[in-house]
Amino acid sequence: MTTAVDWAPDHGAAAYDEMHDGSGVRPEYHALRASLDALDGSDLRTRIDTLAASYLDQGVTFDIGGEERAFPIDILPRIIAADDWRRIELGVQQRVRALEAFLADAYGLGQVFADGVVPRSAVVSSGAFHREAAGIVPVNGVRCHVAGIDLIRDEHGRFLVLEDNVRVPSGVSYVMTNRRAIGSVLPEAMSAHRIRPVAGYPQALLAALRAAAPAGVTDPTVVVLTPGVHNSAYFEHALLARTMGVELVEGRDLECRRGRVLMRSTRGLEPVHVIYRRVDDEFLDPVQFRADSMLGCPGLVNAARAGNVTLANAIGNGIADDKLIYTYVPDLIRYYLAEEPVLPNVDTWRLGEDAAREEVLDRLDELVLKPVDGSGGKGIVIGPAATPAELDRLRAEIHRRPRAWIAQPVVSLSTVPTYADGAMRPRHVDLRPFAVNDGERVWVLPGGLTRVALPEGELIVNSSRGGGSKDTWVLAGRIRPATADRTPATTAVTSPVTPSPQVAGPALRDLSGRQGQQEQQQQSRTGETPC
Amino acid sequence: MLSRIAESLFWIGRYVERADDTARILDVQTQLVLEDPTSDESATCRTVLSIMGAEAPDDEELDVARLFDLLAHDLSSPESIAACLQAARESARRARETLSEPLWVAINTTYLTIDSGAFRAMRRDRGLRWVRDQAALVNGTADATMTRDEGWQFFVLGRTLERADMTARLLASAALSPGHAWTTTLRACGAHEAFLRARRGLETDREVVEFLLLDRLFPGAVAYAVTSAERCLANLDSTSYRAESEGEARRILGRARSELEYRSVSDLLDDLPGAMDRFQRSCAAATDAITRHFFAGSEALAWHGTRQ
Repeated sequence: MTTAVDWAPDHGAAAYDEMHDGSGVRPEYHALRASLDALDGSDLRTRIDTLAASYLDQGVTFDIGGEERAFPIDILPRIIAADDWRRIELGVQQRVRALEAFLADAYGLGQVFADGVVPRSAVVSSGAFHREAAGIVPVNGVRCHVAGIDLIRDEHGRFLVLEDNVRVPSGVSYVMTNRRAIGSVLPEAMSAHRIRPVAGYPQALLAALRAAAPAGVTDPTVVVLTPGVHNSAYFEHALLARTMGVELVEGRDLECRRGRVLMRSTRGLEPVHVIYRRVDDEFLDPVQFRADSMLGCPGLVNAARAGNVTLANAIGNGIADDKLIYTYVPDLIRYYLAEEPVLPNVDTWRLGEDAAREEVLDRLDELVLKPVDGSGGKGIVIGPAATPAELDRLRAEIHRRPRAWIAQPVVSLSTVPTYADGAMRPRHVDLRPFAVNDGERVWVLPGGLTRVALPEGELIVNSSRGGGSKDTWVLAGRIRPATADRTPATTAVTSPVTPSPQVAGPALRDLSGRQGQQEQQQQSRTGETPC
Repeated sequence: MLSRIAESLFWIGRYVERADDTARILDVQTQLVLEDPTSDESATCRTVLSIMGAEAPDDEELDVARLFDLLAHDLSSPESIAACLQAARESARRARETLSEPLWVAINTTYLTIDSGAFRAMRRDRGLRWVRDQAALVNGTADATMTRDEGWQFFVLGRTLERADMTARLLASAALSPGHAWTTTLRACGAHEAFLRARRGLETDREVVEFLLLDRLFPGAVAYAVTSAERCLANLDSTSYRAESEGEARRILGRARSELEYRSVSDLLDDLPGAMDRFQRSCAAATDAITRHFFAGSEALAWHGTRQ
């Protein structure tokens, strides 16, 4: 079939192509492919232009060095089948529960150190460890009200955890705006699917924040605390405040008096009970942390310790998403939950260990080296792409501060066709699902932020490195082959589902012949190691 | 409502109104220059700049093109339309979570047109019409989509105070200009047709001044705008707990309005520039009082810490 859309798959690539397997389009992408192929060339162009213009008009932007840029969104959505999603959801929930248990323990009795699961030195040597956080006991036990767990899909189609974000994970605003934008430019494609909605996030977040209110406060005042209009995520802060219907405050709008937090309003000072803060620990309270910070408010930490205000997420969470601690998370899951991890880690070397360090130093040019406290792709060295001089500098740096680095093999991130230079070309993606913990349960937003590296071959997807995003469709039911009857697929979400085999593609392809068998497999309990 | 947000909304109202009024004034003045071959172009341009409170460049022959640059396009001159709309957008960005989505989009797309250079590229009359259209779009969208809460009151307060102030400026300058350019003034206020209908075409100094100062039905008239501002303040004060400076801005505006209403029109005409100057001072004093009363918290960065 000749169509306007120029599909230009790169068959030579080793990466997992989420849309195509060796022989054709995977079942979950059939309807999307058909509706795009039905467009003529100028129609597709118009839609792509409309999409870009709408983000500029709405001001869906992020800030780099004071310059405001529209957040790039690609027209082709990424689709995640219901079974794959179920597995992601379970894995993320499990991970967040384990990290919560670890934080409570590490800032409390420290049983995990006594039992030798994690060396105490790994935690207290972390730059994110704050003694100030000790003694602040959250009312409903929650420290990670919001978590963003970064996942990648390897060459076999397995989802692996790349890193945890339990400090101030950002990006959820783009999940919501992407859905609206794609809905307006690809309405036919969207209506051909049953996609789980993402619009409920603000209400779920607000409910979790209200549930975290200080004891005795029945109708808490919740606010979002932003560093201000020049922060790169300001768009998101404003969107969350608006969609939750709460005030967006800056540090200068707050005042602490007698251990309570008040905000300056046109009617005078009004009490604040829960602060969804999007300001890093170090800038939150000049009394406790950086004395020169104007972004926070003096006295916040003492107000939190006095139990008069809840900070979400809690102070000191950084020890749980430190990349060295990351290497222990599978052990933490076994230790606290007595479960096997649903989502495996990427293999990782701890450079504090002599044997590991020796091996890594020998193989620097084949590995990815990451600073343990880096975010946004900062400081990452990709061995095969680095110059000898860079590697020498890195080697010296590792000798000097082995604790500051981890090493991982180069994992080829999966690709999804992405519009570039007039054709749909494979580009690498990752996925950040968002979890909200209200103390009763960990809820995972069915969607998440798919970030895509727009330059060809680029493996770092962060927006600060020229990354864009895709709308991420989590399907409500399992995919049926195109030839099967047209009755709506059953919703797999409510029934327990076995983790699909590690190679999702063939499993889905074979569905037509093995539907019954597959369904029987769905009945068995989940929780096994996937691979 | 946060003091900082209230202040932003107040200034969005003012900036958009100022851009709108500036476009009207430019439109009328440039037409006058074109239609009257005997006029002194440079002097007229200087008059327009002084109405707007803008610095006229020294030792320079001004022409309409230069005037346009200063009052429409030049982002570095704070009186220009472009600068006002940019400032409105910056205020809107800081108050974004309290604005309705359509209102934000209206303000943001207006700014983007300026930022991209598309506004500068428009033909002059087309550009000015665009500014008036955008102001109408912003005001209409706000009107249709904003809850009548405190935020709305501050938005309208800013708009009406600016409007009263602008009309007063125009009247003062008309009184000074040779031949009393009353038709021009009416057109610059967007009031010409309303005036002709209301006064059955009797165009005299007295009638025009009375209409633009005291008409209670025309929104561009000073009395109408001040009354609207007073009503906003009344709505805001009725929900305020504060007593110390209760109603100061209202008192200032009420006194200014009474002074216009209780003096005879002949009396006002004799000393129009003086009366308008006093009125503008009252507007400035009212703005100060509003800032102290409602927005003070947004600036105070006192260190209270955790001490008592």
